[in-house]
This record gives sequence, C-alpha cells and structure tokens, in this order.
Amino acid sequence: MRKVFLPRDMAELWSAMADEPAARVYAGGTDLLVAMRAGTVVAPALICLERLAELQGVREEGEEIWLGAATTHAALLSNPLVGRHLPLLVQALRTLGSPPIRNMGTIGGNICTASPAGDTLPPLYVLAAEVELQSPGGRRRLPLRDFIAGPGQTRLETGEILTGVRVRKPVDANCHRFEKIGQRQALACCIVSMAALLTVTPAGVVASIRLAWGSVGPTVMEAPAAEAALTGSFMTRENLHRAAVFVRQAVAPIDDIRASAAYRREVAGNLLLRLLPG
Amino acid sequence: MTVQFNLNGRRIALDVDPDRRAVDILREELGLTGTKEGCGAGECGACTILVDGVNRLSCLMLAAQLSGREITTIEGLSREGGTHPLPEAFVKHGAVQCGFCTPGMILGAAALLQENPAPTRDEIRRGISGNLCRCTGYQKIVDAVAEAARAIQEGEPSS
Ligand SMILES: Cc1cc2nc3c(=O)[nH]c(=O)nc-3n(C[C@H](O)[C@H](O)[C@H](O)COP(=O)(O)OP(=O)(O)OC[C@H]3O[C@@H](n4cnc5c(N)ncnc54)[C@H](O)[C@@H]3O)c2cc1C
Ligand code: FES
Ligand code: FES
Repeated sequence: MRKVFLPRDMAELWSAMADEPAARVYAGGTDLLVAMRAGTVVAPALICLERLAELQGVREEGEEIWLGAATTHAALLSNPLVGRHLPLLVQALRTLGSPPIRNMGTIGGNICTASPAGDTLPPLYVLAAEVELQSPGGRRRLPLRDFIAGPGQTRLETGEILTGVRVRKPVDANCHRFEKIGQRQALACCIVSMAALLTVTPAGVVASIRLAWGSVGPTVMEAPAAEAALTGSFMTRENLHRAAVFVRQAVAPIDDIRASAAYRREVAGNLLLRLLPG
Repeated sequence: MTVQFNLNGRRIALDVDPDRRAVDILREELGLTGTKEGCGAGECGACTILVDGVNRLSCLMLAAQLSGREITTIEGLSREGGTHPLPEAFVKHGAVQCGFCTPGMILGAAALLQENPAPTRDEIRRGISGNLCRCTGYQKIVDAVAEAARAIQEGEPSS
C-alpha cells in the first residue's frame, strides 16, 4: 500500500514532501495514474494537489493573466478572463481529450507531462508564457520554453512544484488560431497542431506573427524564418505557401502509429494556409 | 485509512487503502457494480461517476480523493424508489444494447444536462464524447438524451 497525501495548504504540502521525498505529485492524474497502471512510472507514495487553493483559479494582474497550475481545463474554459483574453488557449482546450478528461486534467499537468502533443503547449509558447516554480527554499520564474527540456522532460527540481503559469495579455493580436489534426473529433491525440497569434493591419499586412507547432518534434517547434518571411507581407496564398517551405525545414517529426514523419512535415506547412482570411 | 464521503445521499466511512482506485472501492468494497471498468485508462467513460455533480472517471481517481466529496453512482441517480427521466428515455428509445456503457453514458448525460438543460443534438454529441459505445451507433442515445432534456424541462417524467 502506498501513502496518498491530500494537502490542503502549502505547509501541509511541504511537510508531505519532506516525509516522503520520493513521492510523486499529481493533480488530475490523467497522465500519471495512466502511466503508473501501465508500469512506466513507479512511485512509492503520492501527493495529490487537487485541494491546494494556492494552485487554483485565474487572476488578472495588471498586464498579465495568472493561471493556477492545478486549475482544470474545464475550469479554464468556463473562466471569463480566459475567454476574454486568451481565445487561443480556449480553442486548444476545447480539443483536449473529452469532457471528463477536461474535468480532471489540469494545465500544470499538461505542462509537466511535457508531451510534444500537449495541446496547451503551442498556445502557451506563442503567448511567451512563464512558469512559476516553488519549493520550501523559494520561488523562481522561467520562460516555458526553457522549462521544457525534451519529450517528457522538464527543469523541475526535486522538492519543487509548478504553482502557476503567467502570460501577458496579447492586447495587440487580432487573429488567434489553434488548428489540430487528429484521427477523430474527441479523445484524439494530435498528429500535428499549430498555434498562431497575429496582428494584421486593416490593409491586410502582417504586422507581427508568432507561430508554434505540436507533435512535429521532441518539443514544441518554432519557425523563426517563416515568421520573418510573413512579417510585413500581405496575407496571400502565395506568401503563406512561401513561408510553409520554411516551416517544413524547421520541424523535426518522427514516424509513429498515428502518422508518418513525411505526412506531419507536409501538414505542418499546410496548416499555415488555414490563416487565409475568408 | 478511513475515508469519509457522501455516497448517493448517504454518509459513509470506509477503512481502505488510500491508493486503491475509486472504481475498485465502489465495485469491490461497496458492491456497486453499476460502475463499470472498460479501459482503465481514461478513454471509454464506462467508469464515470459524479463527484460534487461533475462527471469524472473513477478509474483515474484514488480512494483518498473520495474524502469529503458528494459521490453519485448510477445506483443513486434516482432516489428511493423514484425514477429518473434519463434511464426512462434510454429504455423508451432502445438506447441500450449490451448495456456496458449505459451507466457511464447516463451519468455523463446527467452532468451535461445539469450544465446545459436544453442542448442541441450537436451539443449532446460533444457532451457525451468521452463515453464510448460499441453497440448502438449513438443515434438512439442522442435521441434519448434529447427527450430526457425536454422531460426534465417540462418537470415531468417522459412517457
Ligand atoms: C483519454 C485521454 C485523453 C487525453 N487527451 C489529451 C489531448 O487531447 N491533449 C492533451 O494535451 N493531453 C491529453 N491527455 C493527457 C492529459 O489529460 C493532459 O496532459 C492533462 O492536462 C494532464 O493533467 P493532469 O492534472 O491530469 O496531470 P497528472 O497526471 O496529475 O500529472 C502529470 C505529470 O505532471 C506532474 N505534475 C502535475 N501537476 C504538477 C505540479 N503542479 N507541479 C509539478 N508537477 C506536476 C505529475 O507529477 C506528472 O508527472 C489525455 C489523457 C487521457 C487519459
Ligand atoms: S474504465 Fe475509466 S475511462 Fe475506461
Ligand atoms: S450498449 Fe453496448 S457499449 Fe453501449
């Protein structure tokens, strides 16, 4: 039998972590408990974060929005601040898993799992999210792209947890798009996804653009050359096709049971065409 | 450890290992075999229960997490001899074949109707998209949920 801790405040959390230094923390359990049942993760004790008020909810703090690590996807989807300021994240969350998975799974769990297919990651990359980490010794902040170290790997240190994610409100962006190709509508692990955040002038010129892709590399993939090619150009089919060439050069997909690397590379570029207005 | 929670309206206290799965506690300790285990991995919804009114998967929840919660299983959906419009509509529309998905499907639909009392057919499909059925082809399930929604809104059991 393993111990399962259910801390209600940070003091209880730190004391549980001190009692059982090898314990694994979890929030919704939709990744960890599946992995434990499959035998790919072994944990001598478990600490469930679901009742920690400090890790819950969404706050507006000046120019930034703070998302609590243990906030469920469903809670984010019904939060008015998320709806108003982060439509890109909303689009991604709507495609994540299924209703019960969204009722259980959390944004912190999605980040710490660090799957190349994690649906909140491409939106959080283009929003330049920062993670907030805490341990009994203190707190630190890190850009999300530095926190994610590889497939399934993060820079979380022993004794440390993720408490929240911070993003600046994308006040200038007027086009927020998340596109996901999966094998079906629900419960589909993504084959390729793309998050795009753009500012397009009334004349149709791209003033700024941020792009990121999921499932086409060991972590979220970015394509600065494609962004540079599109910045200052009109949003035309020709320009998007030209930028798609840079996308296909930037990504590093693999073959797996869901799709071939060649298919993923092709589609990663093609998804840009979905940005065409109308 | 002793886990205390409300189960189908009754307060209970159980002495169980905290790391056992909620689905095993319900089925093996409490004999509530309406909750099914299909995949054991979050994909099928057969193990759906309501936790404080929200549909969750009892295969991905540990006994310790039941503590202090209001748990509803299929056995508790209709209280004390009464009926409930959802199972009635499922029977009427033939939305049950082997029945393995049915308890989870009905609880998933109950959670949907709680949040959205008058869903469109498309919203019903999306609402139950975490509950897989390998028999019915879903049409009759969607028909049944739509009828139950109307019945609940009219405040009377479907006839
Ligand atoms: C059927 C099914 C379908 C799914 N579909 C999708 C999908 O479409 N898209 C998608 O992106 N994902 C999907 N997932 C994966 C999963 O649901 C998500 O990644 C979810 O966001 C994980 O959150 P969680 O709280 O359940 O994580 P948990 O399982 O609780 O934790 C995951 C990992 O993060 C660590 N962790 C969690 N919270 C913290 C914290 N605050 N601090 C430090 N470490 C922490 C845990 O130790 C563990 O290693 C699916 C899973 C299932 C079972
Ligand atoms: S048994 Fe829980 S989702 Fe399949
Ligand atoms: S009735 Fe058999 S799985 Fe749904």
